Amino acid sequence: MEDSEILITVDQLTKSFKKTTVIENLSHRFKAGERIALVGQNGAGKTTLIRCILGLYKYDGVIEVLGMNPRKDREKILQNIGFVPQIPPPIKMTVGEMLDFFGKLTNTDQQEFIDISENLGLDVKANLHKPFMKLSGGMKQKLLVSFALGRKPKILLMDEPAANLDPKARTILFDYLHKFNKNALMIISSHRIDEVEDLVNRLIEMDMGKIVIDKEV
Amino acid sequence: MKSFESLKEIIRSDIRQSLRSRWFWAYSTLFGGFVAIMFTSGITESQIIGFVGLSRLMVTFMQISMAILPIYVLISTVRSVVGDRENSVMEYILSLPISFSSYFWGKLIGRFLIIYTPVFIALLGAVLWALITNIEVPWDLFILYSVLLASLVFFFLGLSMYISARASSQDIAVSTAFIIWLFLVAFIDLILIGIMLRMRGNPDLIIGLGMLNPLQVFRTGSLILFDPKLTVMGTASYYVLDTVSRGVFIAFSIIYPIILGFLFAFLGNRYFNRNDVV
Repeated sequence: MEDSEILITVDQLTKSFKKTTVIENLSHRFKAGERIALVGQNGAGKTTLIRCILGLYKYDGVIEVLGMNPRKDREKILQNIGFVPQIPPPIKMTVGEMLDFFGKLTNTDQQEFIDISENLGLDVKANLHKPFMKLSGGMKQKLLVSFALGRKPKILLMDEPAANLDPKARTILFDYLHKFNKNALMIISSHRIDEVEDLVNRLIEMDMGKIVIDKEV
Repeated sequence: MKSFESLKEIIRSDIRQSLRSRWFWAYSTLFGGFVAIMFTSGITESQIIGFVGLSRLMVTFMQISMAILPIYVLISTVRSVVGDRENSVMEYILSLPISFSSYFWGKLIGRFLIIYTPVFIALLGAVLWALITNIEVPWDLFILYSVLLASLVFFFLGLSMYISARASSQDIAVSTAFIIWLFLVAFIDLILIGIMLRMRGNPDLIIGLGMLNPLQVFRTGSLILFDPKLTVMGTASYYVLDTVSRGVFIAFSIIYPIILGFLFAFLGNRYFNRNDVV
């Protein structure tokens, strides 16, 4: 892993909200082929770090994703990132519209998303005209996972991706993640390492906005 | 090119969602309904300061639009950005290859089309009905009113998007929009004249301030075509028409709200680009 390509560089990252500092002087290099479990208590800074990488927050310090600035070169960077949020957002689009929207924006054949969703146990065709927000929690999560994986991204960011999934779908998801592009970078944020330990080759634990453990597993 | 594609997709998605919402159809029915009621109630045969026929209907339509459109645009749009932020939709949508500006302007353009189209169709429907029933069509009034309405909608959209980009919650956004609307409504000419008479203030200053109010500009602009001397405005009309010609004022009433709307939208987009978006 030593000589692998660095996909994300974080250097002296500090993120504060008003007077509260959530991440302080964090530096790290995330490399291709790494499968990282990002663990830590609530408020440790995991989601904030992910949001900084996605360019959703302004910050102090340097972040380079694929050699580019996530605030300025959003479109180029995000073309290569698949993201699964912890809680599915209440998107009003129908499933069909979402397939169309995501397909066009990410230059991906909609069938890629449909195949993954159906393998996870979601009958896409039967739900094509339903608003996304009216689906059950598990169905939403399956669709979001399929949008992230179907794009075949270089970087996969997932925030508790299995939280809403039933055991069967969870097994299938983990199987997908096992087979996921070995040259890609995968970061799975989780409260617990035991949930994702079979998937990862590196553990990063955050506490109070700092990396307190960083080891290969 | 990629930015244009994402802009197009945001516009399309916003329009699709609006077309599915009840408020859009209620709103469209409201404007279409007004025109239908005005025709069936015989408004084209009634007369106001010499105006009959379709001009009379259009004048009434403009008065109704001035009452409904601003508050409607504000309340329906002011929640768009801050609402997406609050319910985490933005975090997810902006994890896709979409620039902040494409998202912001896409929302604005989508809203403009969805709000302006029913109003324009209602006005166009009145013209078509007039043509069918052999009522004379005042084309100059139709064109000017269509442009004036677009200008009014654009101003309030720009303002709404600015408020929405800056507000920390939907409640704050709606309250701010409501206060601004009340302020703008309070400073239309009748109240200005009242202040002028009571306070013996400098009329030029008071009218000047009034003319900074896009709602006032819209009202005066829509009045000036059928009432060239602005008699319904009373004393204030002398100050307006002494300062600028009718043609200049018409141009001003179209361009000024658009520029102001752009300015607010530009500032809103700049704020959105430079700050945390979730």
